[in-house]
Amino acid sequence: MPKKLIIGKHDLIPKHTKLSEKDKKDLFEKYKISLKELPKIYKGDPALQSLNVKVGDVVKIVRNSPTSGESIYYRGVVNA
Amino acid sequence: MSEYTGDYVYKRVESIVFGVLSPKMIKQMSSAKIVTPELYDKEGYPVDGGLMDIRLGVIDPGLKCRICGSKLKECPGHFGYIELARPVMHINFIEIVYNLLRCTCRDCGRVLIPKNKIDKLTQKFNEVENEMGQEARRKAIREEITKLKTINKCPYCKARQQKVTLEKPTTFLENEKRLSPIEVRTRMEKITDEDCLVFGLNPKSVRPEWMVLTILPIPPVTMRPSITLESGERSEDDLTHKLGDIVRINQRLFENINAGAPEIIIEDLWDLLQYHITTFFDNAVAQLPPARHRSGQPLKTISERIKSKEGRIRHNLAGKRTNFSARTVISPDPMLKLNEVGVPKEVAEKITVPERVTEWNMAYLKEFVERGHKKYPGANYIVRPDGKKKKITDETREQLLEELQPGYLVERHVMDGDIAIFNRQPSLHRMSMMCHRIKVLPYKTFRLNPAVCAPYNADFDGDEMNLHVPQTEEARAEAEILMMVQTQLISPRYGLSVIGCVQDGVSGNFILTNNMIKMTRNEAVDLLSSVGVDNFTKLSRKEFVTGADVFSCVLPDDFNFVGKSKSGQPVKIENGKLIEGVMDSANLGGGKGLMLRTLHKNYGADDTIQILEKIFKLGIKTSLKYGFSVAISDSDLPKAAREKINGIMDTAYQEVENLIDRFQRNDLETFPGKSLKETLELKILELLNKARNESGLVVNEFAPKGTATLLMTNSGARGNPLNLAQMAACVGQQAMRGKRIEKGYQGRTLSCFKKDDLSPAAHGFIKKGFKSGLKPHEFFFMGMTGRDSLMDTALRTPKSGYLYRRLANAMQDLKVEYDNTVRDSSKKIIQFDYGEDGMDVSKSEGGIVNVQRIIEETK
Repeated sequence: MPKKLIIGKHDLIPKHTKLSEKDKKDLFEKYKISLKELPKIYKGDPALQSLNVKVGDVVKIVRNSPTSGESIYYRGVVNA
Repeated sequence: MSEYTGDYVYKRVESIVFGVLSPKMIKQMSSAKIVTPELYDKEGYPVDGGLMDIRLGVIDPGLKCRICGSKLKECPGHFGYIELARPVMHINFIEIVYNLLRCTCRDCGRVLIPKNKIDKLTQKFNEVENEMGQEARRKAIREEITKLKTINKCPYCKARQQKVTLEKPTTFLENEKRLSPIEVRTRMEKITDEDCLVFGLNPKSVRPEWMVLTILPIPPVTMRPSITLESGERSEDDLTHKLGDIVRINQRLFENINAGAPEIIIEDLWDLLQYHITTFFDNAVAQLPPARHRSGQPLKTISERIKSKEGRIRHNLAGKRTNFSARTVISPDPMLKLNEVGVPKEVAEKITVPERVTEWNMAYLKEFVERGHKKYPGANYIVRPDGKKKKITDETREQLLEELQPGYLVERHVMDGDIAIFNRQPSLHRMSMMCHRIKVLPYKTFRLNPAVCAPYNADFDGDEMNLHVPQTEEARAEAEILMMVQTQLISPRYGLSVIGCVQDGVSGNFILTNNMIKMTRNEAVDLLSSVGVDNFTKLSRKEFVTGADVFSCVLPDDFNFVGKSKSGQPVKIENGKLIEGVMDSANLGGGKGLMLRTLHKNYGADDTIQILEKIFKLGIKTSLKYGFSVAISDSDLPKAAREKINGIMDTAYQEVENLIDRFQRNDLETFPGKSLKETLELKILELLNKARNESGLVVNEFAPKGTATLLMTNSGARGNPLNLAQMAACVGQQAMRGKRIEKGYQGRTLSCFKKDDLSPAAHGFIKKGFKSGLKPHEFFFMGMTGRDSLMDTALRTPKSGYLYRRLANAMQDLKVEYDNTVRDSSKKIIQFDYGEDGMDVSKSEGGIVNVQRIIEETK
């Protein structure tokens, strides 16, 4: 049986994690924003395959950066 | 000066509503009904009810408007209207009407969404519109209706729905049968006001049926003025021509309908009217042939007036022209300061600066007025406190001189030290527009210090530049504080100085600090005085001084620096004295000068620019004093070297031969993913490049030392070792698209070669150098690659320009907020930390923050 490829687990895909409700609230508090001001990501995005997110959730993305080592990004999940 | 009204807000704009003109509204705002296509009668007087009807506005000077009573220029013109014989579609609303037709019931005109869902969906549509705009909303409605599967049956009146299609540009078909604009209009009328709201249309300002024209407003004559040619003939505006067509066809349609003409003729005329009205709005509709003049040139109708680069917005509103500016050719003058610009006297006599007369400067300003506009420095105008401008001429001069008193303005010629903004297109940079101080000079070019060429990307092969002189104190202060050359020293791209020594400035300092010359103390003092240094305490008291001592004289006394020169040797400056190493482009050059960055950090922009200026001048004066000439003999090689190079070439040729041989015997091992031939080509290319590089090394080793050519490459002033190798030894492989030259004749590149010749020479390898000269075929190959790269640059420039324009437009209002996030104008986050690391590059040193040093310094 061939192993199923999970794109989100690939080396080149930055790490995506779902933010807990509390973290999400803190984030909104920190930047004084609502979901509307956040960058978006589609619910069907391959990187979110194994994450079990729903619309309105916030995803935290940790990327490798040549200048700062690691950079943290957030995206709000939207439909289609 | 006009009255100051800034404090009084009479009416504040709260909101703007965009709508569609209703037929009723058109009639109400009209001052004339247009019925005849004729323009003028026999006497040349505008016909009543014609397109140039005087009720549409005055165009004759001296006449008063019949409608508003104001004179020419004050009267904005007035609209007229024509009643269309049959309704006609409006091309710009066709998509909306199409959408409405498909989303509403053909019988009762209700939206094809059941009652119970309408509220919820409307809310959803509103959200879509907020996020992505009206078009997205309409698309969403359409999608929602398809999803509901109610397209076949109206949920209100149960009528069966037919499929409506749009046959571009303006014809609607229902089940292959044509829907006339009359039918379309009746359907639009049936749509209820509540349903309009679902579509995002406010029925008060936009009723769907208004998108089908029954009445056409005629724009006032003021927006389509006729020109009287020299021959006395009148030439009408494009819009007038188009309107004439419309009125003519409309009249004919009326007549034919009244006469009871057959349906086909009426339909034909109707279509023609549709065509004319469509092209009146937009003469570039994809499916329609554009309406043309008799000469064949397309008419410029309403859309073309607004759209694109030559349109009203980009040409007239975004692209306003300015006064108090000048443009001419530029040329270099290294004796100018870095932040100066040489302005021709001719320009200085034309461009003025307003200066307010006070008790204290009156005598001073009177001198300018007295000299008048012909004698420099004089004045061209005086402005009275009430805003009246008076030209100073020989006749008026005496009288104006009498009149002058505090409160007046004198527009005097620009003089040395005045502030100007200097610019070279394309302005891709903020450094493309910098503020300079004016220096009035003879001759007719703008002069600038060659060291500031880099930020402007200018050279002197015929480049022209623009100069603007700010006219108010505020503008001058702003330009000086924010745009002065020294404030732009550190590039926000890489955090190093963009301005540095260039050309002779670098090679001169190299000569000076490389212990190549011996000079007496007197000579050194001479040299330093000529660059403006008057403190010689750093020169030793001995009879002879070193170049490093001389160079040290321009450095501040407490300057410390440790770095590396271009060749990797350490450079050490201690207490303002150059102790070790040479100065070359690695420390002095723009874009890499780490020494300049350190100077800037320690002493600030103003001092840095002065030091840099002195270093630059010192370099130039040194080259001047000790001579600097390049000769052909600089690239002469000793016999041993020539033989060595020949040996390298011969072995390379032999190896290529072997490869070809193996290829022909099919003995070659192929690279993965490549064919046998491709493998061979790659291997040959590799071999030949290796041969060229090796011969380059030989050239560097054997080329005569101490020549100007070598000095230039070593100091980084100009050229690199490869250039030298190309002159002395071997030009190398000419490549097109990363491959050896292969096209031309069948199976060969030129007719002087045998077919299927794979040898280096037959595929563009140039064995000899420029000095020994190229063979005809070599010259030809070089011509090929030369053309290719010329073509490439010619094609790439406009492409990258457009790319840049799109980038600039997309990012123009992004802003770093106080919480370090990058946000757009609606406060949406683009980046959570500016540039991922939150660093201001212009405050760094080459993109790096030297934490170690900061710790050292705070200790």
